[in-house]
Amino acid sequence: MAMLEVRDLSVKFHTPDGTVSAVNGVSLSLEKGETLGIVGESGSGKSQFAFALMGLLAKNGTASGSVKFEGKDILNAPREVINPIRAQKIAMVFQDPMTSLNPYMRVSDQMAEVLTYHKGMSQRDAVAESVRMLDAVKIPDAKGRARLYPHEFSGGMRQRVMIAMSLLCRPGLLIADEPTTALDVTVQAQIMNLLADLQRDFGMATILITHDLGVVAGFCREVLVLYGGTVMEKSPTDPLFATPSHPYTRGLLAAIPRVDQIGDELSSIPGSPPNMTQAPKGCPFAPRCGYSGDDCLDHLDPLTEFAPDRWRACNRKVEELA
Amino acid sequence: MTAPLLEAQDLRVAFHLRRASDMPWTKPTLLHAVNGVNFDLMPGETLGIVGESGSGKSTLARALIQMVPATGKAIWQGKTDLLALSSREMLKYRADIQMVFQDPLASLNPRMTVGQIIAEPLKTHRKGIKPAEVKNRVKAMMDRVGLLPNQINRYPHEFSGGQCQRIGIARALIVEPKLLICDEPVSALDVSIQAQVINLLAELQRDLGLAMIFIAHDLSVVKHISDRVMVLYLGRTMELASSHDLYSAPQHPYTQALLSAVPIPDPQAERAKVVIPLAGDLPSPLKPPSGCVFRTRCPRAVERCAAEVPVLEGNGHAVACHFPGTLQLAEIERATA
Repeated sequence: MAMLEVRDLSVKFHTPDGTVSAVNGVSLSLEKGETLGIVGESGSGKSQFAFALMGLLAKNGTASGSVKFEGKDILNAPREVINPIRAQKIAMVFQDPMTSLNPYMRVSDQMAEVLTYHKGMSQRDAVAESVRMLDAVKIPDAKGRARLYPHEFSGGMRQRVMIAMSLLCRPGLLIADEPTTALDVTVQAQIMNLLADLQRDFGMATILITHDLGVVAGFCREVLVLYGGTVMEKSPTDPLFATPSHPYTRGLLAAIPRVDQIGDELSSIPGSPPNMTQAPKGCPFAPRCGYSGDDCLDHLDPLTEFAPDRWRACNRKVEELA
Repeated sequence: MTAPLLEAQDLRVAFHLRRASDMPWTKPTLLHAVNGVNFDLMPGETLGIVGESGSGKSTLARALIQMVPATGKAIWQGKTDLLALSSREMLKYRADIQMVFQDPLASLNPRMTVGQIIAEPLKTHRKGIKPAEVKNRVKAMMDRVGLLPNQINRYPHEFSGGQCQRIGIARALIVEPKLLICDEPVSALDVSIQAQVINLLAELQRDLGLAMIFIAHDLSVVKHISDRVMVLYLGRTMELASSHDLYSAPQHPYTQALLSAVPIPDPQAERAKVVIPLAGDLPSPLKPPSGCVFRTRCPRAVERCAAEVPVLEGNGHAVACHFPGTLQLAEIERATA
């Protein structure tokens, strides 16, 4: 049995402007120690998907479907069930390390809090363990730095603190939501390297949520492409990049300027992302798709396996996409 | 040979910092955000400026149009030094140099309609144009940047990020500037929208013969649009070369490290790539390292780098490094270990 089984997860938000469907029926399963990338642009629902897993949705949000973690149903689970799982079994690293850390607490104290709360450790042991973990994420002079406040760290160092904190209870699953988006490229390279090392050493499954296909290429074994809250394509990493099977994935890959190639005009995807207050009936990408027809506005074929382990949701066959 | 449109000579920007603990008589600490930058820009040329956060790239752009006080010279069309002008005299030149900012929504006044926003530079710089003519020009410009002219009475919040950036571009171009300074114009946008805006900028530049200074932290975007590229680090120029030369044969160790850190959307290439590690963080600009500012993180640094400041040298492909050239695998491995 897979470690994480998500079936038909949908997230809706009730707003004064109407109901927003952020995630529409996403299913996936993740084995122990696997790496999965969830790629999408802003508004694709990639973050809300993760928040729904963790029970962190905003008050006006509702999630439906089923999420099983190690056989236990955790979607919409009461606090008593979900709290021991959060941080201990599933940990999360957020995009902005400054707003995710408490500015009033020393780094050592806020890290130790995780251990005293979840593991019942004494403060002294918890601090010692926190320092060891800061050392593991390669923060120089971990012992001295642990006494500092978050604002005394640089952006990259803060993200290291966040990662150290998320690993304190040795979770089986780490969800990293755009962990390097706020960082410079050289720092991004450091952090992604660190995550890859830790992922290997600790053997935890990792879901990397990002808009950057480049980051996914280096880190993930499998990739899920989201658009308008719907899975467009799911595939092991190498074939996805070599032969993308969905018009959206193709457009996205062609739109990325590359440092390692000489190109003239970038091909862009016309139009703009869908407004999710009027959830599209058919394929959310249809209005921007070069291959769409009337049927696409009306319905979208469900995600089907067209090659071993490769899934796509598109009304056109792969061969029809020239 | 034609004269450069803009020539920056020894451009410096220093911020005076005062800490809360300072006594009234303590001298303020100086932060040199831009530290002696030279470049020239030909009419119709695009100069890309790249650097990490804190490298001084935005400050440099702002200094050129007197948005921050700077010393040195910025010679416009071989005649006027823009930095020596009073703000009143500067007004004459402002129409010629326009700017597009990073945050598309924050740089538009939420209480003005799109029509008013785009028309404002015309009303400031081209007084005496009849209102009907203003409206025609605004509509034509909206059409030019890919906005529907019938959206003229809408407000910025009704547009998406990409469209807001188009409004910002229309506002900058309505007075027919000679130079467009783009400060991270696409970094807030999604990839698919980013490509639309880059293509629009490239097309407008070609059609209108604009010169452009394009600032970004994203090396791949800069590569795509620039004729020449300047790499900044802690307010100093590390390397300045044609886009082709800089990306195919970077000479400065910093440029090489920066390029190697860019993730490539191709799993095989990404795995095969050798990343040059940069130790630690950017040093504090308050206490920049002696000699070469990059030496504290450079895999190739030796004693001389701490003692002597390297000068930006070379015709065409200029490098500020005592030991330029491609880093060898052995050097990279030593730095990794």
